[in-house]
This record gives sequence, structure tokens and C-alpha cells, in this order.
Amino acid sequence: MIAQKSIKLIAILVFSLLPLFAVAGEEVGDHGDGKEFDASELINGHIGDSHEFHIADWDGHPITFYLPVILWSDNGLTVFSSEKFHHDNTGHHVVEANGQEFVRHNDKVYYKNKFEEMSDEQKSAMIPVDYSVRPLDFSITKLVFSMLMASIILFFLFFTVARSYKKNDKAPKGIAGFLEPLVLFVRDDIAIPNIGEKKYAKYMPYLLTIFFFIWINNVIGLIPFFPFSSNLTGNIFFTFVLSVITFLITSFSGNKDYWRHVFAPPVPKALYPIMIPIEIIGLITKPFALMIRLFANITAGHIIILSLVSLIFIFKSIFIAPISGVFVLFMSVLEMLVAVLQAYVFTLLSALYIGQAVAEHDQH
Amino acid sequence: MNFTAPESLIFWTTLIFIVFFILLKKFAWKPILGAVKGREEAINDALESAENAKKEMQNLHADNERLLHEARSERDAMLKEAREIKDKIVADAKELSMVEGDKMIAQAKATIESEKKAAVADIKSQVANLSVEIAEKVIKEQLSNKDKQLKLVEDMLADIKLN
Repeated sequence: MIAQKSIKLIAILVFSLLPLFAVAGEEVGDHGDGKEFDASELINGHIGDSHEFHIADWDGHPITFYLPVILWSDNGLTVFSSEKFHHDNTGHHVVEANGQEFVRHNDKVYYKNKFEEMSDEQKSAMIPVDYSVRPLDFSITKLVFSMLMASIILFFLFFTVARSYKKNDKAPKGIAGFLEPLVLFVRDDIAIPNIGEKKYAKYMPYLLTIFFFIWINNVIGLIPFFPFSSNLTGNIFFTFVLSVITFLITSFSGNKDYWRHVFAPPVPKALYPIMIPIEIIGLITKPFALMIRLFANITAGHIIILSLVSLIFIFKSIFIAPISGVFVLFMSVLEMLVAVLQAYVFTLLSALYIGQAVAEHDQH
Repeated sequence: MNFTAPESLIFWTTLIFIVFFILLKKFAWKPILGAVKGREEAINDALESAENAKKEMQNLHADNERLLHEARSERDAMLKEAREIKDKIVADAKELSMVEGDKMIAQAKATIESEKKAAVADIKSQVANLSVEIAEKVIKEQLSNKDKQLKLVEDMLADIKLN
């Protein structure tokens, strides 16, 4: 009993201090430059995307996992390692590749000559969509790398489970015993109640895939060290793609009743000019809500944890560390719950929308 | 938040998700859902057959009980019958033996009677012969001398007179 308790206590201490190490490394470099600590810069760096995977700093030198930069430029496909940027993010270091010169500013790659002509306002744009000043960027970024890793882990996990059934037709054992209840949960508590006994089977693979894909990416985002810690599910483009897929599946599954409800709602014809746009907006708000919900929940969790860690550096006191650590531990545990909850909510709502699209209405 | 490039993430997410989905669907979800469904069916079948076996067992038990009951009542009936037969046989035997005995006794009695009669007849004839012989001898003796013959005649005459 006593031994168990002290092990638990040590585990809590270690885990509450663990996130500090991940960030502590980050700070050495900044302090080395004599700069003031900027929490928002740190947090933005962590929840965002980048061309390389920063692991830690050692002795003032960053230890980084360099990922390939893949650009579709005016001269065609250009590939080079992100190492060539030499960690420059200010647009000063010029990289020559495929007969062109590129610079990087705020994790965005620009043509050097165009970048020099840009206004400060243009440079600080969060989402640059002006493709005359920068090449199309298909780099394997930190988030893409994380997504690939998650896919491979999940695939091997479930491939192992699937293979175990070939040998074992009795009660599931090992990893199958752990994952099968989750698969059954998706089937019995998400798919069947929302889509219906008759039609659920067709949508099971999609629902299972998004559930486990979102979940594992949420969890990977919470692990505070390389090769994890990326905020993939808290990236709005990622959630955008997933919600678009849900929207497409819902739209293509929609039966006559569903579309009649949108384009010929059961109201007087005079109201159609108001009702039809409202119904169409209704169609789009559903995936939009999915997109924002997942993005906001996960990003918020990351921001809170990182802010709590930043407190130590803001107060510049070692005594704030344990307090901050305990709060971080609490938030991490909460985020573990949020990780599965958001995966559940996304899957549940996808199932609900699909269910509405395939439902057979008797009334109207 | 630092966005590297929207097109990068949108492109890779779409590609990775679709490939991942197709691979998982083929190599994981189909076998897993199939196996789970198969096992559920197998479990339901097993439960159903167990229920059936239980019912069958109950039926068998009832049958056994019935058979046992029948056998018991049959045995009782047989025992009763046997007892009756025994009693009847005993009674019959008794009656028969009595009749036979009576018959034998009667026969014996008749034999004894006839034997007795024969014996008596025999004795009678022997006694008659003996008396004749005695009488002969007596008479011969008595009549051996004259006096005695006379005496006899006199005695006999005297008897007749008396009578």
C-alpha cells in the first residue's frame, strides 16, 4: 500500500514536471540572445506548424528533425531539406534551389525577389493566399509528419487486431481485447442509434476511421516530446478536411426526403426564397460546427497547458514550477478526457448527420 | 498561430486520410467487424442450442420420470397379480388335496371294509371248519363208547326240553 502510494506520488511529480523539460529547452536559446521571454510567441510556435521538427536545445544549439520542403514553384517541383533555412524565420536567409531563391518568413516560404517588395502588412498575414509571391507549398511539415506517424501506428494496431481474429475465433485476447470494445462502442452506441439498424453497416468503416484517427492525433498532441506533441487536430485545415469529408458523405448519402426537405420544404411556396437559403446554410453550418469545435477544443487545451508552463518563465521563479506543474498535470488529465470526448463528439455528430440524410420520413 | 501553408495540410490530410481509410477498411475494419459479427452469431447460436439442450434434457427427465412411474406401477400390478395367483394356487392346491385326501380316505376305508369283510368271511369259514373238525373230533370221541353216546343223547334231549 505505502509503496504503491509513494510510486503514485513520484509519478505525479515526474509527470507534472515533464512538460517543463520540453519547454525549458526552448528558452535557453532565447535567453542566450538576451531577448525578453514572449509567451505568445512560444505558444504560437507550439500550436502551429513548421517545416522542421524542433526536438530540444542543447548548449544553445537546437536539436532538430529536418523534414523535406516540397514546393511547386514557377520552375516546377522543387524539393530540398528544411535544414537549408538554418532555422531562419525572418526572411533573411536565402535558399537557392532549382534555379530560384527562396526565403522563409513566419514559417511561410516566399520567392526572395517578391518578398522584398511586400509590405509589412502582407508579410504578417496569417494565411497567405497570394500565390504570386510564394510557391505552392506541399512540404511534409511537422503536422503532416505527425499525421503519417499516427496513420502508421493506427494501421499496424488494427492490422494486428484483424490478424488475431484469423487465429482466434474465441474471446478476443491481448490488444484485440482492448480495442474490440471500442469498435463495438462505435458500432452500438454511435452508428446503430443514429443511422439505424438497416443502414449503419455501410458507414461503419468511416465512423471507426475518424473516431480512432481523431483520438490518436489528439493523444499524440498531448505527449510533450518528439516525435509527438504536434497540434494536428487543433489545426483548422485538418479539421476542415475531415468535416468536408463528412459533409460529402452526408450529401451523397442523402435520400429523396432529405433533399426535398432542403429544396422543397413543407412551407407555403411564398416562403421558399427565405427557406431554401436557410436550409442550405443549415447544411453548411453542420460541418462548419464540426470543424470549429474540434479545432477550438484541442487548440484551447494546448494553449492552456502552454500558458501554465510559461508562467514559470514569466515569473522567472523556480518556486512557481511545482504549482504550475500540478496545474499542468491536472490539465493534461482533463485533456486526455477531452481527446476522447472530441473524437466521440465528431464521430457522433457525423453519424447523426448521416442518419438524418438517410432517414426515411413518414410524415411531411 | 503559425500556418505554414493551407494547401500543404489540406492536400496531405486528404491524401493520407483517403489512403489510410481505404487500407484500414480493407485490412482492418472488414475482418474485425466480420469476426465480431461471426462471433456474436456463434455465441447466439451456442446460447440457443444450450437452451434447446436444456429443454431436451427436461423432456428426457420428464420421460424418465414417466417411465419410472409406469415401471413402478407395472411392478406393483405384477406383484399384486402374482400374489393373487399364489393365493389361488395355494387355495386350489388345498382344495384339491382335500378332495384327493377324502377320496383316498374313502378308498382306504372301502378297502379296509372289504378286507375286513374278507377277513371276517375267512375267519368265519375257518371257524366253521375248525368247529366242524372240533365237533367231529368231539363227536368221534364222545361216540367212541356207548355210555358217552347215550349221555350225549340224553343231554341233548335235556337241552331241548329245557328250551
